[in-house]
Amino acid sequence: MADLVPSAPDKRPAKLFNWGRLAVIGSPQLWLIAFLLAPFFVLLKISLSESNALGIGFDPIISYVNDSLQFKLRFSAYIALVRDNLYILTYLSSLWYAFLTTVLCLAIGYPFSYFLARSNPNVRSALLMLVMLPFWTSFLIRIYAWKNLLDVNGLINQFLMWAGIIHTPLRMMFTEFSFMIGMVYGYIPFMILPLYATLVKLDTRMLEAAADLGATPLKTFWLVTIPLSRSGIIAGSLLVFIPAVGEYVIPELLAGPSTLNIGRVMWNEFFLNLDWQRASAVAIVMIILILGPIAVFNKYQTKALEAAR
Amino acid sequence: MVETSNKAAPLPPTGEAFFKIDQVTKRFGDVTAVDNIELDIAKGEIFALLGSSGCGKSTLLRMLAGFETPSSGRVFLAGEDITDLPPYERPINMMFQSYALFPHLTVFDNIAFGLRRDKMDKPAVDQRVEQMLDLVQLKPYAKRKPHQLSGGQQQRVALARSLAKSPKMLLLDEPLAALDKKLRERTQLELVSILRKVGVTCVMVTHDQEEAMTMADRIAVMREGRFLQLGTPSEIYEHPQTRFVADFIGNVNLFEGRLVTDEPDHCEVRCDDGLFHIGHGIAGTLGMELNVALRPEKILLDAGHQTHPHNAVRGVISARSYMGSYTVYEMLLPTQRRLRVTVSNADRHADPFDVGTAVTASWAATSPVVIVD
Repeated sequence: MADLVPSAPDKRPAKLFNWGRLAVIGSPQLWLIAFLLAPFFVLLKISLSESNALGIGFDPIISYVNDSLQFKLRFSAYIALVRDNLYILTYLSSLWYAFLTTVLCLAIGYPFSYFLARSNPNVRSALLMLVMLPFWTSFLIRIYAWKNLLDVNGLINQFLMWAGIIHTPLRMMFTEFSFMIGMVYGYIPFMILPLYATLVKLDTRMLEAAADLGATPLKTFWLVTIPLSRSGIIAGSLLVFIPAVGEYVIPELLAGPSTLNIGRVMWNEFFLNLDWQRASAVAIVMIILILGPIAVFNKYQTKALEAAR
Repeated sequence: MVETSNKAAPLPPTGEAFFKIDQVTKRFGDVTAVDNIELDIAKGEIFALLGSSGCGKSTLLRMLAGFETPSSGRVFLAGEDITDLPPYERPINMMFQSYALFPHLTVFDNIAFGLRRDKMDKPAVDQRVEQMLDLVQLKPYAKRKPHQLSGGQQQRVALARSLAKSPKMLLLDEPLAALDKKLRERTQLELVSILRKVGVTCVMVTHDQEEAMTMADRIAVMREGRFLQLGTPSEIYEHPQTRFVADFIGNVNLFEGRLVTDEPDHCEVRCDDGLFHIGHGIAGTLGMELNVALRPEKILLDAGHQTHPHNAVRGVISARSYMGSYTVYEMLLPTQRRLRVTVSNADRHADPFDVGTAVTASWAATSPVVIVD
């Protein structure tokens, strides 16, 4: 009987560690621990500690003084966030603009992805390339380019005035309009790529089956296409929403000064007010706010991966 | 090919056909996928389009469903021209190859999908779905999603979904191709009995000749967008009109020869392997070249003397494969031609012929058929 059992793996001495596998699986984890988890705990510690006597550092949270172990957590940074409704309004405003960005990206990205997925395979790769092409240029430069387009003396105003459509230049820069243009422009590839990935796999026979059973093209879209691309909609929306909440560069360069934005508040607290405790608290609260959507995202990703097997 | 008992007598089209395909052609660029097809189908008939892949059968079916528009020609259903109707307005439903069940909907909702599109009220939908679940015996599975079902169960959901709207015509695209062999044989009969019970007119597409033979009243053998032959399963099997059809449906031995006698009730063909008597006339010209087709199961093997005066050849058994219910022999004739013979294993203790044994193969004059093509 012994030779009937596949014995090759059993004959090797059991290794405590498979170093190759450990290195492959472990290195991204190490990266995340060093550059995500560790800074998070540093921020958390700063947000809860007292400035030291010199005013250039922070007291430890746990100390051993006069034979007693002392825990000292300072919550004043967090209490300040709740007391001042400017912070609350800023969080709400950031969540609102992130939501608006997501909706706009979805409204523009879904039809685009749909036609991309249905297009002739020969032109499809070229169209997909166009989606990715902006990544070849620095993000900052591309956002500055929008400034040139939208400014009072910008190309768009110049063109409209030359064409005689308007006589006084439109104020587009530093408004909600310019802000949303920048956000949608910057984040739309993150919506299109996952949507395209699910729509290209959509079995066209499902659409034919729906038509065969009497569903008009519009009904088919609502009852079959949308539900079957749900995982792409969720993935794309969260990939846009999550980073959009904390976005700093686009609102700084394109939004008006009255637009409340948590990224800018954070920057101000860190680098203008130099109030590191409060800045850290702002950051920690933002991370907690985003954890919910991230959890949803992970759940669907895992589900989608399992369904794909 | 045994005819099944649940097969109704073939229904020849009479007068105004229930379903009519009138000179339909479909071209894709330079390729003519369907070439000037004419077909009448009677109400309640099960019709099979049989052919290998690329023969145009699927394109023809898709035109009936409305997914493709004919380049020319018209399609009529119950006297109404449906050529320009979109799929969602045709009183025709289709059972798709590998089913195309909606993965996000339960079995119940899959079956109810078409009914709800007709604005049917909820109690009526529920009642009709229950009825369909009963028909395909899937009542306990109503709340499952398609991926939680076996292949055979999915096939029945697909059938129930396509029959739920009581279509005037049902299209079946390779209805059993996704099932394994054993299940397929059982399901063929089950499917036919359900279709008969419902009484729906069917057009099915298949590449599996056995499936077409067991299920259909009439078969059209298709090749390169045309019908090569159209008839009942036994007509197609026993009277193939072309070598392609003879060879495509079952196995066949073909002898090339020349016509030497041609009378109304018989003819004689001179082949390299001998003079063959055939029990039917062909109204041909003497000396013309033609083929004699002979099915392997119609040949008798005999170790001793020949039993028929004319239709007999001598040779040596060159290969043998035992198939359980029958044995296939390959015989090498003096002309180096190989003859395929199947012998039914009726007797458990029958002495099979060994390879190398000299034998006589013979057949009745009514067994072969002449093919002029």
